[in-house]
Amino acid sequence: MTRILATFVSGLLFGVGLAVSGLINPAKVQSFLDIAGAWDPSLAITMAVAVLTTWAGYRVVFARGAPLLDKTFHVPPTGRVDRRLVAGALIFGLGWGLVGFCPGPLVAALPVGATPTFVFALAMLAGMAAARSFVAFQPAPVMKPKPR
Amino acid sequence: MHLLLSTGMSGFSPISAAIGGLCIGLASVLLMATTGRIAGISGFVSRLLPPYEDGQFLVRVAFVAGIIAGPAIYAFTSGTPTEVDVTSNVPLLMAAGFLVGLGTVIGSGCTSGHGVCGTARLSVRSIVATLLFLATAMTTVFLMRHVLGVQ
Repeated sequence: MTRILATFVSGLLFGVGLAVSGLINPAKVQSFLDIAGAWDPSLAITMAVAVLTTWAGYRVVFARGAPLLDKTFHVPPTGRVDRRLVAGALIFGLGWGLVGFCPGPLVAALPVGATPTFVFALAMLAGMAAARSFVAFQPAPVMKPKPR
Repeated sequence: MHLLLSTGMSGFSPISAAIGGLCIGLASVLLMATTGRIAGISGFVSRLLPPYEDGQFLVRVAFVAGIIAGPAIYAFTSGTPTEVDVTSNVPLLMAAGFLVGLGTVIGSGCTSGHGVCGTARLSVRSIVATLLFLATAMTTVFLMRHVLGVQ
């Protein structure tokens, strides 16, 4: 129950961040991606601040050795760039550019309730289901990051 | 064709961009500090679909519910309307949505899992994935807007 609550609060804060930054708006995302047009670099700032905050926070968290509500960290491996990773990133980038929605902002935009958002969401779920039906999935490997 | 759901001007917004980034970063740190998980949204969403390999279903529902509730609460309390300008071209939405779903599952992550959490862990996989999907998305927008003339 505590785990569910902590995850909910994290999602809540994440959603607020998406709304405040403007990432929730596909038009703003596309303005950020449009470096040859009227480029809006705002989201580069969002990305940079988010990464720096997470990097600093993770150092503190990983140094403790374990999370508060679990025995271990559940983090994916960091090495080996394989074909699946590259293919997935290229396919995702194409879809992201076409409309300006990636999964987080899409979910955050759902309560605005417009039909295009629901159409995109259903198509995204279909794509996820399709990928899950032909890619073998293992749960994220459990490993303990080295404290720095 | 664009559907404007609220009024307001887009444009360079460094302050709100930074505050939003801080919230996203803190949310990712909070999730790792408490449950030891990466705040990867495509992973949370795609694993709401079967097969269910672990007992984390409710946790995933909670995360997604939080992301849905956050902006709604923010819009309500701050009085700032949520701007969502999205194309209403249905075939384009379907194609893009399908590709985003397919690509994020095959590539094991999206802008949150790879772009924020993975990059912050200095993961080579995530940094490569992030550069690739950013470059591909930028190329796509360039081709659409400046070569094909689609707005």
